Amino acid sequence: MLANEVPQEGNATLGGRRKALYARGADGRLQIVPSAGWEVEEIVTRQAVDDLNRLAEDARRRVAAGLTSALEYHMHKARMDVPLLAQTTGLWQWRIRRHFRPAAFASLSPALRRRYAEALGIAVDQLNKAE
Amino acid sequence: MSAILRQQGLPISEPMAFGLSSALSFAYIPLIRINGLPLVAYRMPPKSIIKGLQKPLGLKMRFETFRNAEAGTRRLDELLTAGQLVGMQTSVFWLPYMPEDLRFHFNAHNVLAFGRDAASGDYHISDPVFDSPVSCAASALQKARFARGVLAPKGLLYYATGTPSAPDWSKEIPKALKKTTRIMLDAPLPIIGVRGIRRLANAIEGMAAKGDPAQVKMFVGQVVRMQEEIGTGGAGFRFIYASFLQEAAELLARPRLDELAETLVDVGDEWREFALAAARMIRDRDPLAPGALATRLRQLADREQAFFRNLRHAA
Repeated sequence: MLANEVPQEGNATLGGRRKALYARGADGRLQIVPSAGWEVEEIVTRQAVDDLNRLAEDARRRVAAGLTSALEYHMHKARMDVPLLAQTTGLWQWRIRRHFRPAAFASLSPALRRRYAEALGIAVDQLNKAE
Repeated sequence: MSAILRQQGLPISEPMAFGLSSALSFAYIPLIRINGLPLVAYRMPPKSIIKGLQKPLGLKMRFETFRNAEAGTRRLDELLTAGQLVGMQTSVFWLPYMPEDLRFHFNAHNVLAFGRDAASGDYHISDPVFDSPVSCAASALQKARFARGVLAPKGLLYYATGTPSAPDWSKEIPKALKKTTRIMLDAPLPIIGVRGIRRLANAIEGMAAKGDPAQVKMFVGQVVRMQEEIGTGGAGFRFIYASFLQEAAELLARPRLDELAETLVDVGDEWREFALAAARMIRDRDPLAPGALATRLRQLADREQAFFRNLRHAA
């Protein structure tokens, strides 16, 4: 890659920051060239983000329909899955899955609610609503 | 890493640090899953990179992990007060300065703390992803350092304890080159090195044969993210390694290494073409053709195999 070939297409997922790339200068030596972003990176990042958002949105709809608890929504919102949430909270996976049932979630103790909220990085009263 | 060395009075470049520690690699590890997809890595794990530098430079690094998050934060403050540069393993997700779209639960992200803002208590951090320093609130940094999950950092921090010295380049560089060729060509596991690249090609085809094109797209998307997003310098660290080869050619007065650097830049360009082809399929600009991607990967495996064989001769 030549220095003047370093992509400067802009990449919205970088939030306006620039990345350092190594590219060949006029003298043939590799040098650091700041890049404003490459479309390819934007595509693959968006792909991953969109997939996570899709899961969260899907969970939100099911919460509204009473099919799952707000916990599942917040888990996806925090870009986690059940194994990761289990490791972060120190709970068994089956217990977390049980708490996806609206009835089980409703009778959750305040201590467990705090544990979930802490692991998901949100406030306890946020945990109760899927928004 | 190069910043820590510079502070210890040994100015060496980032590519030199990368090359000397034999950090270049390839691994396709189906057993470790990130977001349910196999881990693909283009370099050695950070800890091995740092350890790889100790011997050639006569450097002493200390690694500390913590069971207790508060203790980890206290230790970090102590070290910063003592004027140390402190490297840390973090989870990208909990770093607030990361753009929203880059915040995934990826735990092997290494950053460097070099001070603390007296007024706000925020840490000054140098993050390899960005070209300028950033700042990070104390509570967020603690959360990022003690995130759980795959490759959990457990608060890992590291700093230099001894003063490094300039190595005998004519001895250490060939040694590092040979080690890299060994990793790429003779790894005992078929998932490391050029065989790993071929394995990955098979895995993509295998996944496609089972159906579910959406899953295949997620998988190749993750491969490209590992290649371009995680790494520094582009093309899965191939460019930064080429830069190291150029430096080595000059230090050792061996023009052959310059030629090899040229070849590696071409190989890196081919990795970028693979990324481009994959991205076009993900966006449905081209029809999804897992076979074509696998073919590209096999070509890359062949080219890297030839390249590292030549490098072995040159070393």
